[in-house]
Amino acid sequence: MNAFRFRPRPKVTVAESPVLQAGVPAGDPRTAWRRRCAEYRLVSPANRKKYTVIVVGTGLAGSGVAAALGELGYRVECFTFHDAPRRAHSVAAQGGINAARARKVDGDSLERFVKDTVKGGDFRSREADVWRLGEESIRVIDHMSAIGAPFAREYGGQLATRSFGGVQVSRTYYTRGQTGQQLQIAGAQALLKQVERGTVTLHTRTEMLDLIVADGRAQGIVVRDLVTGELQVVTGHAVVLATGGYGSVYFHSTLAMNSNATATWRAHRRGALFASPSFIQFHPTALPISSKWQSKTTLMSESLRNDGRIWVPVKAGDERAPGDIPEAERDYYLERRYPAFGNLTPRDIASRAARTEIDAGRGVGPLKNSVYLDFRDAISRLGKAVIAERYGNLFEMYHDATGEDPYEVPMRIAPGAHFTMGGLWSDFDQMTSIPGLFVGGEAGNNYHGANRLGANSLLSACVDGWFTLPLAIPNYLAGVTPGPVLESSAPEAKEALENVKRRISKLVGNKGRQRPTTFHRRLGEILYRYCGVMRDAEGLEQGFQEVRELREEFWRDVRVAGAADRLNQELERAGRVADFLELAELMIVDALDRDESCGAHFRVEHASADGEAERDDARWCSVSAWQTDADGNHRRLSEGLRFESVQLQVRN
Amino acid sequence: MLEDATPEMSLLELLDRLNDQLCEQGEEPIAFESDCREGVCGACGVTVNGTPHGPVPNTPSCRQHLRAFGGITKLRIEPLRSAAFPVVRDLVVDRSALDRVIRAGGHVDVMAGTAPDADDMLIGHADAEVALDFAACIGCGACVAACPNGAAHLFAGAKLAHLAMLPHGKVERTRRARAVVETLDEFGPCSSYGECVEVCPAGLPLTAVAAVHREGLRAIFKGK
Repeated sequence: MNAFRFRPRPKVTVAESPVLQAGVPAGDPRTAWRRRCAEYRLVSPANRKKYTVIVVGTGLAGSGVAAALGELGYRVECFTFHDAPRRAHSVAAQGGINAARARKVDGDSLERFVKDTVKGGDFRSREADVWRLGEESIRVIDHMSAIGAPFAREYGGQLATRSFGGVQVSRTYYTRGQTGQQLQIAGAQALLKQVERGTVTLHTRTEMLDLIVADGRAQGIVVRDLVTGELQVVTGHAVVLATGGYGSVYFHSTLAMNSNATATWRAHRRGALFASPSFIQFHPTALPISSKWQSKTTLMSESLRNDGRIWVPVKAGDERAPGDIPEAERDYYLERRYPAFGNLTPRDIASRAARTEIDAGRGVGPLKNSVYLDFRDAISRLGKAVIAERYGNLFEMYHDATGEDPYEVPMRIAPGAHFTMGGLWSDFDQMTSIPGLFVGGEAGNNYHGANRLGANSLLSACVDGWFTLPLAIPNYLAGVTPGPVLESSAPEAKEALENVKRRISKLVGNKGRQRPTTFHRRLGEILYRYCGVMRDAEGLEQGFQEVRELREEFWRDVRVAGAADRLNQELERAGRVADFLELAELMIVDALDRDESCGAHFRVEHASADGEAERDDARWCSVSAWQTDADGNHRRLSEGLRFESVQLQVRN
Repeated sequence: MLEDATPEMSLLELLDRLNDQLCEQGEEPIAFESDCREGVCGACGVTVNGTPHGPVPNTPSCRQHLRAFGGITKLRIEPLRSAAFPVVRDLVVDRSALDRVIRAGGHVDVMAGTAPDADDMLIGHADAEVALDFAACIGCGACVAACPNGAAHLFAGAKLAHLAMLPHGKVERTRRARAVVETLDEFGPCSSYGECVEVCPAGLPLTAVAAVHREGLRAIFKGK
């Protein structure tokens, strides 16, 4: 019967003049950033205190830009929904931060960093931005080290590096398995230093709920004090969103419980274009969901694949314990399908292959939703002591999370939603399509194309925060009258405030029965099924329909316990889930619209004979940037991509 | 009373489940904080049967799994308790006193772009490792809650020790020690009970506490 069911195909309008200009200076992309910096207008030191910049988020990008602008003498109003700036989710990144310092004689160079990043992103990123990322990466390490990140050191005292994420050179700087934490703490303490100096005013436990656009410029935000429930208009000369990615739209993800898309989505509904929403990286070595109550999935370092062998039983639905399954009845599918890479295939390929096995009924574990990562052979070859030395802390973490001992039984892993390459579209100055609204870190989109390389996410957040934005924002401010900011009684500010009030009273007053989390969980299931590791047109259309139905049900049946005038986590969740329900639709629309496979966006219809993603450069060598009108209709604009320094080629 | 708790559940998942149940009964869920649920952000922290974070030593609340609780089936869950941490609501406390310590001096004064080449600033392998041992603090505040006096010496000392190990941090060492030690008036005095290291999820050593006294004394004798 399902086949006959009415299924509205999402309406996609392509803008009449769809070409977006990113403002990259003409000429060689290698030198574009230096030339752009040279033409930036400046603000005199005496005038800087007459400008107020609003920064939302205190992760690596947010704490960086707030502190850097404060150091330069601007007035900064900085917001975080956390109780302390240090808690932003940058803190959880493990592996490291790349930099194109190329000190070792291993063939690395700035050119190679750019090539790896552009190729890794499957040619869907902006080349000149990647050059900037590489160029600024050099002093990012100097700066983060100076402000307190104790990077690993060689015995001679120099910085240590390691090879990471499948690249052949050693350009990843690290502090054990806690690089994100150390960078985040260093950034947060630099921010607090500016708070002490009085240049930055920090508002903790305060969440942005709308953007104020007046005279065509971003001039403020509406925030809710999460403790008192008080709503407030805050205005300034420019607004920066450094609010992170939206991977938590999948419910079970490697992100934190409170990570959300509200700030970027609200900005989108105010006119900021949203780029490539369907580009999501699924990490192949996440812990599987083992029980109904599990709240999230945890990332296990990719390095485990160096010695672990991935397999599933040959027979679907095999109930035997892994140790009872003889060698001949095990399928080491990565080694079989990709003999050259074996278990070390790139993230997206490993995730897809696991999905294929699980979908074919060969998944393992209580919910049949994972694959084995087995160290039996490595232990018998190298001995338990060597394995313990290499992976001891990870084995302990696994044991801690699952109660199983990976020395005795194979680990179970599954692909988990991890990093979002998509985000608010921005030009070369990190300014969105709304003048005065800037974006930094994972909230933006331009560096990673359709797939992010390991250890490039901490880098892009640091570069945006400490260098790109503090250089680009003054150029914008130089064209804005200093002094008084938009009155909070301005009609645009009042309209935004009323909009937020209306939404909150609608949520709190709804006479429904279900918790917001229930909807979030169900949304995640829909997205994993139809807009996950693999997508096809039919499934996406089905997903589109289901998301719409779920959204209607949400507004009909959500129940928000408690009042709005005090700490109310249920209300916080409800607002975030409401936005996720809108964003999810756009993700599906984008995935359906982009009729090619590229990087992490894998359309089953576009696969080569050996299962690789097949790009369509003739039609899709572009970034899709979306508008959503007041009625929820989507319209696509696109920015064409040109590659001058890295030759367009099939990823290998 | 929760009927369907399972050994795989973490303490916080137990609270999630309890909240589901409360909502099913038409009541309001209990407010508690958590974010990364991987033990690194420091957002979570409740007191379980009198112990900050829970019965498993040196483990944050998010990584306390029921299977490790042994025979304990009755849990008394309270907020982190300290005079320095006023209760905001239910299990949520205000730990901003910790940030006031960092604000006062827990930082290094280097402006963006002005740092020298990090490869020219030599730091011995062992020194970097020791600095990292102290820098591992996740800022959860369990040390303060565990301390019968409510002292924040483990937290503050870890920051002083971390930055004193690094070449840039050494420049402001005296000024920093004075500023940080002054903020500790907001907390209780340290009597070296060592309760803090029993609960610290980052496994900070008791020598961090000693760093407060060492750096403080050093600052006194250093004069200006």
